[in-house]
Amino acid sequence: MPKVLRKYWRLSQRSRTFATIQYLLFMGILVWTVVHGANQMGYQWQWYNIPDLFVKEFRGEYYVGRLTKGLWVTLQLTFWCVGLTLLVGLITALLRMSNSISGKALATGYLEVVRNTPLLVQLYLFYFVFSPILGIDRFWTGVVCLTFYEGSFVAEIIRSGIQSVDRGQWEAGDAVGLKKGDIYRYIVIPQAIPIMLPPLTGQIINLVKHSAIVSVIAVADLTTEGRNVIADTFMSFEVWFTVAGIYLAITLSLSIFVHWLERRAAFSR
Amino acid sequence: MQKPIIKLRGVCKLFGQFQALYDVSFDVKLGERVVVCGPSGSGKSTMIRCINRLEEHDSGEITVDGIELTEDMENILSVRREVGMVFQQFNLFPHLTVLENLVLAPMRARKLSRTEAEKTAMEYLERVRIPDQASKYPAQLSGGQQQRVAIARSLCMKPKIMLFDEPTSALDPEMIKEVLDVMIELARDGMTMIVVTHEMGFAKTVADTMVFMDHGRIVEVAPPSTFFTSPKSDRTQLFLSQILSH
Ligand SMILES: Nc1ncnc2c1ncn2[C@@H]1O[C@H](COP(=O)(O)OP(=O)(O)OP(=O)(O)O)[C@@H](O)[C@H]1O
Ligand SMILES: [Mg+2]
Repeated sequence: MPKVLRKYWRLSQRSRTFATIQYLLFMGILVWTVVHGANQMGYQWQWYNIPDLFVKEFRGEYYVGRLTKGLWVTLQLTFWCVGLTLLVGLITALLRMSNSISGKALATGYLEVVRNTPLLVQLYLFYFVFSPILGIDRFWTGVVCLTFYEGSFVAEIIRSGIQSVDRGQWEAGDAVGLKKGDIYRYIVIPQAIPIMLPPLTGQIINLVKHSAIVSVIAVADLTTEGRNVIADTFMSFEVWFTVAGIYLAITLSLSIFVHWLERRAAFSR
Repeated sequence: MQKPIIKLRGVCKLFGQFQALYDVSFDVKLGERVVVCGPSGSGKSTMIRCINRLEEHDSGEITVDGIELTEDMENILSVRREVGMVFQQFNLFPHLTVLENLVLAPMRARKLSRTEAEKTAMEYLERVRIPDQASKYPAQLSGGQQQRVAIARSLCMKPKIMLFDEPTSALDPEMIKEVLDVMIELARDGMTMIVVTHEMGFAKTVADTMVFMDHGRIVEVAPPSTFFTSPKSDRTQLFLSQILSH
């Protein structure tokens, strides 16, 4: 590396002020590029219209805006998916580790099929094939499809978490005459959870992001509402920035919450 | 003549192609203290782990307190509740306090209430001389204290038989005695014990019967008086000379 660069690199690692300036400069250039580019295109910024998309005041009454409605659907979708995903993941992981040959085959088959086909294709398959057969609506089609997709990853996280618990723990549980279910519940799972928590958070964050895909089957989630607003108002820059910001806010709060959980668990030791 | 509480008949155990136990037959009477020794890899651990089915034997017959060990899970669980086991690596539950370590199995497997289980737990913690550590986590204790907790945890199930697999091998020398003292006391109280150990001083004090194993077979069974002074087999002699020389 040239000497100037190396010096610059060291300074940016050592000095906080320098790093801050560097960061602000970078962000400044980014914002300038966007704004300048938009102006060149003759884009009319209408940020003042964005708050109405959350809450709208009309003749002294307040109405829920479209992005808020979409956000609510996305949150509901995420809520159901997280719960069901953990359940599917746990069951699959237990099946894979069981002694039952058919259970193992079932779990492995599911994992291979789901992980090796595109999510979008799975969603179409659910929407056009399984949902009409089962008679479920768009929302639940989205929930079920995402659950099976993310569940396959969660299953592997749970399995490796459980298998990382020392074999001696199983033996100690066996030796005092505990049943398998009790060993899982009181000995193995509590020790596996702190190990599984970071990758599980990553997976749940993925789930929030992947949930945007349900907009292709017209579930009225945040992404769909964003697209609809743009179709009516042509504010594509502002709306997509806002929508991305909302997803970012959800995923960041999730990771902060989990960090807090981890620290609390570490303190209670 | 007293009926044996543990009975092994022609027990064989394979790990894949490797045969770890060859035709092991052996009896333990109620209240008998058996010390098992032998070179590394001779099958000592495998033998005692077959007694509470941590390992599954491939042929032969194992009967504990009148219950034959088969595939039947209920039988296995009832045997395990009668047989306590102490491991070389302690295997305490690190996420539970000492007291919680002790009450878990009595509450779940013996269906005791928490108050009853805690009362028993405190009694046994007194016996292993660490009642003041009840609310600590295993990682906060010394190795010797952890092993005594492990002994107390087994005793809380009120077992008829205790198995020890090299209980002092993972301990620093200054902690070995505190664990052996607890075991000697247990022996004095009449517990049926099978102890795998190389602590020959302990063996001489406690054992009714010495068992020497080599290459997956029981080579010699004798009371300590004859075992240490006039072993019949050459291999026993060689082993003893090696182990007693340092
Ligand atoms: N799970 C296993 N899989 C394969 N081989 C095993 C397994 N457990 C033990 N063995 C083999 O069986 C033989 C007997 O092992 P065992 O642990 O019973 O010996 P040991 O007498 O207890 O020895 P040590 O004094 O080292 O503890 C060894 O050769 C060992 O390598
Ligand atoms: Mg061993």
